[in-house]
Amino acid sequence: MFRNQYDTDVTTWSPAGRLFQVEYAMEAVKQGSAAIGLRSKTHIVLGCVNKANSELSSHQKKIFKVDDHIGVAIAGLTADGRVLSRYMRNECINYSFTYESPLPVGRLVVQLADKAQVCTQRSWKRPYGVGLLVAGLDESGAHLYYNCPSGNYFEYQAFAIGSRSQAAKTYLERKFENFTDASRDDLVKDALMAIRETLQGETLKSSVCTIAVVGVGEPFHILDQGTVQQMIDAFEIVGEQEGPDAAAGQEASAEPEQGAGAGEGVAPMDI
Amino acid sequence: MNFTVSKQPENCLLGPESDSQRTLYPYVTGTSVVALKYKDGILMAADMGGSYGSTLRYKNVERMKPIGKHSLLGASGEISDFQEILRYLDDLILYDNMWDDGNSLGPKEVHNYLTRVMYNRRNKFNPLWNSLVLGGVKKGEKYLGTVSMIGVNFEDNHVATGFGNHLARPILRQDWHENLSFEDGVKLLEKCMRVLLYRDRSAINKLQIAKITEEGVTISQPYSLKTYWEFSAFANPAQGAVGTW
Repeated sequence: MFRNQYDTDVTTWSPAGRLFQVEYAMEAVKQGSAAIGLRSKTHIVLGCVNKANSELSSHQKKIFKVDDHIGVAIAGLTADGRVLSRYMRNECINYSFTYESPLPVGRLVVQLADKAQVCTQRSWKRPYGVGLLVAGLDESGAHLYYNCPSGNYFEYQAFAIGSRSQAAKTYLERKFENFTDASRDDLVKDALMAIRETLQGETLKSSVCTIAVVGVGEPFHILDQGTVQQMIDAFEIVGEQEGPDAAAGQEASAEPEQGAGAGEGVAPMDI
Repeated sequence: MNFTVSKQPENCLLGPESDSQRTLYPYVTGTSVVALKYKDGILMAADMGGSYGSTLRYKNVERMKPIGKHSLLGASGEISDFQEILRYLDDLILYDNMWDDGNSLGPKEVHNYLTRVMYNRRNKFNPLWNSLVLGGVKKGEKYLGTVSMIGVNFEDNHVATGFGNHLARPILRQDWHENLSFEDGVKLLEKCMRVLLYRDRSAINKLQIAKITEEGVTISQPYSLKTYWEFSAFANPAQGAVGTW
């Protein structure tokens, strides 16, 4: 990105009214490996791509259970993500202890956003370099939120973050109208297909991705590799056609890249 | 010579706070609160008396108050502590409303919040000298619970505080059943309150009955129960027990 004289401090505005450090933090999110989320009226599915440093190492954990009814998928500086997950777990458990009731996800998201905002307005801090897809259940149903390093948060029907997420977003944009009434299994299939988009030709197998589900009557949990592989096999057998719920025909396996993160090289801390 | 005035004996474990900062005894107190679940929600009854020791000093004390949209709180014990609790709950409901997000604290959440407050105060040896009854309805679910000044809390189909535990609960155990109609519920509560009126010396014959349903809270105007003092056993009380008075 562009180096200029207004980007040293998070507390320095540029003449155009931008905080470059915050924008650079959002860049860090784009460099992380992809995470996606989608929701129906009753369930939310989170998925992420597992990237390992080398063949010898294991991949980093990018999906965290925050409470029985809330889970989060991160992209960017996983260390920052871990710290924020711990904060979220604390808030949930404190609320549960005081009120014997689950913390509404909408309130947790606002608290998280306010926490991120603080780091954009202190000269001795830096913004968190991680984007969070927060999935949770509320009195008003299933919710999916995206929390930005800038301190903003948005609610989504479906979203993707991280590198090559644009491919997944394009897929989700085509299908999202069906999501509200989709069944839980169809939702998981759509998540897997969205992840496949980000892999750009690499084979989709359960070792390369992680899927987690939360829904009404189903506490947040990460699906085990066997189950995920079974689901992949189920729709791979149908060939390049899409799963039973969708109307559209062929699956375009080589989606053209559209303005995703700059280059393939990933900085060592940003998986 | 030692001219310093020490407020506590030196072996006191409570540290430098003076005793005037913590509750030692109650002063103006309310007596029993009785409540039960009925078909549409919760019915609660409490008289309007505030006793100052053995004097019936205040006769217009409202000991039941609505909390937020979904709950009703009744209290016995120190009236000033009840007012303090109402202030805490006012703040709680205010912050809850300020989220403005479609979520709201229901009776279960308020009950547990109060349990935490009461228990934490008890641990600091500075209790809020109350027994509380918290009832409400949210999304069709009826809830009725109680918390004591030492933090003991539980839920049940019918609860009572103070003398109500000894005089009213046995009646309720016998006569309560699921899906009482409103009229039957009121009759049952009045039966309990009448016994309390006869037998509890701090009870007065001026009570309110409160109802909470999905629609909201209604607290009745104060009224009194009909009493009957011409029972023959009262006429000649010493007859069966020589030497009594």
